[in-house]
Amino acid sequence: MNPLETRARPEPAATAEPAGGRRPGSVEALALLLILLVVFRNPLADLVSDPRLQTWTTVFVSVLVQAVPFLVFGVVLSAVIAVFVPRSFWAKALPRHPAAAVPAASLAGVVLPGCECGAVPIAGSLIRRGVTPAAALAFLLAAPAINPIVLTATAVAFPGNPEMVLARAVASLVVAIAMGWLWLRLGKTDWIRLPRRSDLDESSKSRAFWAACRHDVMHAGGFLVVGAAAAATINVVVPEAWLQTLAENPVLSVLALAVLAVLLSICSEADAFVAASLSQFSLTSRLVFLVVGPMVDLKLISMQAGMFGRRFAVRFAPATFVTAVLVGTLVAVVIW
Amino acid sequence: MNRQAQAVVLVLFGGAILKASLTDVYLRYVKEGLQPFLIAAGVLLLAAAVMTLVHDLRGTAGGQDHGHGHGHGHHEPRVGWLLILPAAGLLLIAPPALGSYAAGQSGSVLASTQIESEFSPLPPGDPVPLSLMDYASRAVFDAGKSLEGRTVRLTGFVTPGPDGRPMLARMVLACCAADGRPIKVGLTGGANVDAPVDTWVQVVGTYSSRMDKDPVNGAEVPYLEVKTWEKTTAPRRPYE
Repeated sequence: MNPLETRARPEPAATAEPAGGRRPGSVEALALLLILLVVFRNPLADLVSDPRLQTWTTVFVSVLVQAVPFLVFGVVLSAVIAVFVPRSFWAKALPRHPAAAVPAASLAGVVLPGCECGAVPIAGSLIRRGVTPAAALAFLLAAPAINPIVLTATAVAFPGNPEMVLARAVASLVVAIAMGWLWLRLGKTDWIRLPRRSDLDESSKSRAFWAACRHDVMHAGGFLVVGAAAAATINVVVPEAWLQTLAENPVLSVLALAVLAVLLSICSEADAFVAASLSQFSLTSRLVFLVVGPMVDLKLISMQAGMFGRRFAVRFAPATFVTAVLVGTLVAVVIW
Repeated sequence: MNRQAQAVVLVLFGGAILKASLTDVYLRYVKEGLQPFLIAAGVLLLAAAVMTLVHDLRGTAGGQDHGHGHGHGHHEPRVGWLLILPAAGLLLIAPPALGSYAAGQSGSVLASTQIESEFSPLPPGDPVPLSLMDYASRAVFDAGKSLEGRTVRLTGFVTPGPDGRPMLARMVLACCAADGRPIKVGLTGGANVDAPVDTWVQVVGTYSSRMDKDPVNGAEVPYLEVKTWEKTTAPRRPYE
């Protein structure tokens, strides 16, 4: 797929001439690209007949197909928040004091039945609408981990260990609240750089709504593609047998599964089944896998860097990772 | 990327999702239950594309200052170009369902499945068709008691075992192919299944008490005493 990627990258605006505000450049580039794709369809298909590349393509496409409904749902909801919900609503709905708004926003994550791809644009919208960043970030972390679908999936995947559901919910909630409070203490507003969005200032609500939908799908979707490609690569390149040797050491096993959760980037609704199949690992390390996965993973880092800026992502993702590993281990020690 | 180009990318992406979900192609990548949501998402993507075009055409026809006012400082996501990749992947290549390569990468999924205290008797039929998961759980967790004296028929693809002899495998999905894990059943007995790797086969046989460990994750891999086998076409739903 590499030749595709390099062909898709060049910035067309450089060659475009702004004629009356229209830039025919990118439409033409797109048309050319599509023609090339169709012409070279057979060589492309031959290229992916190698089992490794074929598996890569299958995993890449399926991560995206799986994420699309959640992405679109999240984008539509975030457009509704951005366009139709008045700013005053959030002032009334959330506790005035930021420190109290953080746990409230985390608990609100229970009502978003989706995975992490949808939560990123929603958190962006919330900040745009004046919600304190600490609360929006707590929501971003909590929503994919503690919603009813994910907790049900966890219960189904661990029939012999029902306490896993409670452990996951408690640990994820604690991490989300801790990160929100940590942001209040150490976070700097200028780390978050939300791109300027003149499309949201449109006079007509319908125009602003569809512009927001289009923009967020293109934006979050593009970063989702980057993350899906990375996850597919890890999936194909790292054989699970490597993990076998790490499973016996209690400390290494926790770290190994925490890193694996970041690299695999599995949807939070499915990660419990994968954790269950990693049966050679301790319950503690598998709990850490379930706590880290929905909060830090390759596609999330990519989407967060796109939504909030790189300066934000390089600080927020590692901090969340460390907090999630510590809290997950601590909860596991208490329970088991 | 200007708005019209974005609209075209949205049409391609939404169209690819719609096409895959209206045919059986989507079953290679995700669970069947996702279909209505995929269709809804595809329709919404197409709607966003149509509305973008409508607003863009009206905007340039109505007020000239629209294009100029927003033209330069406007942040248009360049990263959106990448959405062409999955669209092309779905429309032009439509990669096949996970097969023996993926099955060799991860350990048999059996360890994780629900352990029922008592297995219900097999349904009638001779041979009785069973899923690999059902056969393997009965063989491993029930020591084959509910399989005694019965002939079963299993459907899966051929994958090389650790000793080089062919095994029967099927991928199990929780959500999408990224979390696909194999369920493996070893083949023993007189009939040698000498079909090439990744061929779908139907195997008829009886319970064998032989048991091995999957070298990848140490999970139990049960065996089937093969009586007969034949090639078959890939099932509509490739995953269990």
